[in-house]
Amino acid sequence: MDKYSHDVIVIGGGAAGLRAAIEAASKSPKLSVAIVSKVYPMRSHTVSAEGGAAAAIKPDDNFDLHAYDTIKGSDFLADQDAVELFVRLAPREIIRLEHWGCPWNRDQEGKIDVRWFGGMSVKRTIHAADKTGFYLLHTLFQTSLKYDNIVRYDEYFVTSIIVENNRFCGITALSLRDGAFHFLKGKAAIIATGGAGQIYKFTTNGAINTGDGMALAYRIGVPLKDMEFVQFHPTCLPGSGILISEAARGEGGYLLNNKYERFLKNYVPTKMELGPRDIISRAIVNEIRLGNGFKGKHGDYVALDLRHLGEEKIEEKLPQIRELAKTFVGIDPVNELIPVRPGQHYFMGGVHVDLNTSTPVTGLFAAGEASCVSINGANRLGSNSLPECLVFGAISGEHAAKFAIEHDYCNVAYENIQIEEKRIFDQLLKKESGIAPAEIKYKLKETMEEKVGILRNEKELLEACREVEKLKEMFKNVSAGDKTMIFNTDIVEILELDFMLDVAEAVAYSALYRKESRGAHYRTDYPERNDKEYLAHTLVYKTREKPQIDYLPVKITKWQPAERKY
Amino acid sequence: MPETTFIIKRYNPEKGVFYTSEYKVPYESDTTILSGLIYIKDYLDRTLSFRYSCRMASCGSCGMVVNKKPTLVCRTLIESVKKPIYIEPLYNFPIIKDLVVDIDIFLDKLKFVKSYIIREKEEDLDKEYIVKPEQLDLIKHSSSCINCMLCYAACPVFGSDEEFIGPAALAILYRYLHDPRDQAKSERIKIASLKNSAYMCSMVGQCTVVCPKGVDPSFHIQRLKVISTLNNLFS
Repeated sequence: MDKYSHDVIVIGGGAAGLRAAIEAASKSPKLSVAIVSKVYPMRSHTVSAEGGAAAAIKPDDNFDLHAYDTIKGSDFLADQDAVELFVRLAPREIIRLEHWGCPWNRDQEGKIDVRWFGGMSVKRTIHAADKTGFYLLHTLFQTSLKYDNIVRYDEYFVTSIIVENNRFCGITALSLRDGAFHFLKGKAAIIATGGAGQIYKFTTNGAINTGDGMALAYRIGVPLKDMEFVQFHPTCLPGSGILISEAARGEGGYLLNNKYERFLKNYVPTKMELGPRDIISRAIVNEIRLGNGFKGKHGDYVALDLRHLGEEKIEEKLPQIRELAKTFVGIDPVNELIPVRPGQHYFMGGVHVDLNTSTPVTGLFAAGEASCVSINGANRLGSNSLPECLVFGAISGEHAAKFAIEHDYCNVAYENIQIEEKRIFDQLLKKESGIAPAEIKYKLKETMEEKVGILRNEKELLEACREVEKLKEMFKNVSAGDKTMIFNTDIVEILELDFMLDVAEAVAYSALYRKESRGAHYRTDYPERNDKEYLAHTLVYKTREKPQIDYLPVKITKWQPAERKY
Repeated sequence: MPETTFIIKRYNPEKGVFYTSEYKVPYESDTTILSGLIYIKDYLDRTLSFRYSCRMASCGSCGMVVNKKPTLVCRTLIESVKKPIYIEPLYNFPIIKDLVVDIDIFLDKLKFVKSYIIREKEEDLDKEYIVKPEQLDLIKHSSSCINCMLCYAACPVFGSDEEFIGPAALAILYRYLHDPRDQAKSERIKIASLKNSAYMCSMVGQCTVVCPKGVDPSFHIQRLKVISTLNNLFS
């Protein structure tokens, strides 16, 4: 076996990827598991998750309650068999992380503490202050160091997935350190590359969230599922888009308009600040349209009021929120209001997978935000994404390991690898002159923000589809402004932009074709949910021409779709 | 909009030469140094390389030296520092290109201190360990390290001898040593007692000064010295 062959290749080193790698590596010490990531794993965007991880671990809670909250939150688009599996396994994963040292907050007796979160009917969000993602990611990463059969390829950028006869064969990757191009042979692979927030202008996501894995799968013919469902988090700092956790409301914070009213009484009277994210984000947009927002240099906003919680509680439960508000907007929430507005946060959609996290390509799996099982349907409830990464990360690791044990490597036509190498070095790197990626990137972000945002309509969605097509045309004229080989971040940005354009295309077209309003997908021209025609998942396929759309029925086990009221 | 100058120490690895580049960067009261660097990359010079991601002081990617001080540039406003702004790669690490340094040595140290819970056997998954809030408080600061490497850039001991395990990895050793769930105390104290471990620290304390997350490696390392010494005396 040569140096670049691995039984299981995990693409991405965030929560889902690390959990998958550990699961696969622990199946047998003989299995070689590679983690290939464009950043050091502890830089992955899981690190920015704040509020917590939901699981039914307390006596007043049960699986059905967690499942129904999730399904209702999803506006009945979640697959109920997937949700049932998810809620059943989530507590074990939380305990497993606790055994690995994750410093979950404790109650006075020393048991794992829980807090309120939006759309949940009991307190079920396990947390580590308001830096849950950070603790979870570092716990996973540090635990992964225990396994000698996990091999890391840090700062390797995956450029393509190689498939022959619908069977996964390997990946191609660019080593940033020395600019070398590699083929990594694998028996099985797991896509765990997270979201694509960078296609939006105003996002909570880090710079690395460019939808790489979604685009990699889309390009080899794997459909992306439910891409029109883009979550906008209600509370982000104007200007930067930095996330102010839902935990701030979970711990008792208020949202106020410029009349200092808790305006959510007009939108989600029974839940108030603990309503689901899609509804609260729309409520904020509406308040601002009614002229009830505060004026700021980065546009209108509403206010998050934590003053009544007191310094002690803020320090204990929301220390990072305080630090972020102080550092980035110069405000101390102990005695001032935090300016907030909705911003892109999460993709409910992703690579189409089944309950085993298998994609339609044999040997290729996907987990975490990059994938769509689907448990989140049209709107994810806050604190369901971290346990989703753990539960389905573990399932993907288990199935990929099993697949690798039962199968051999497949034979690869090396021409395909050479074609990919030429694309990068001859078409992008060596091309004499061309346009800069920034020119296209900011136009793309602008388009998605304005036309595929919180409120959507036919006219603007059509314009967005055309605009993305135009930008893809423009992309053909991009060339690298840095022609060197070592740590060339210009070429990385170009490759990322290429992925972002594919993901944006999938989002815009999926949104155009869904002529109803459901969860986070709100069409002003079709304001009602339409179960008769759209109680189905969108599947979008890449073709030579424009994307092709198909639908897949939602799996319903025991909860019939009902009106979603809070 | 006011404008300032970024003076950046560059390194071209293909030619093996250092040089500086200067750029004019417009800024507002809330523009961070990172935003300034992204502006340069997007509009002025695509050959400039640096790492960044979360822009909220969590991922630890964007550690650099600003006006001689190890700094996370995403959380530092242009307005708050002396201008023109002089930016260098993190001290004490091999430079890969421009502001990008090689931190692999830290990852080896992290593995060396066994940065994971060690138990004779893993408990069943239906049982959580009881950890009192005050026990958790013991590891509150030492578990907050984001691996940004500012402390290594500020540490003169690591600067003169890279064998030194160094501030972040020792803080993490302290963190696992004080975790009530861990069962490898003596193994960890052995690591703390090694020649290149806690005793090597000369108590300059700059690691604590530059830490953006309130970790206090200097304190943790002194505690490790005490623990090691007591252990050696009484064993």
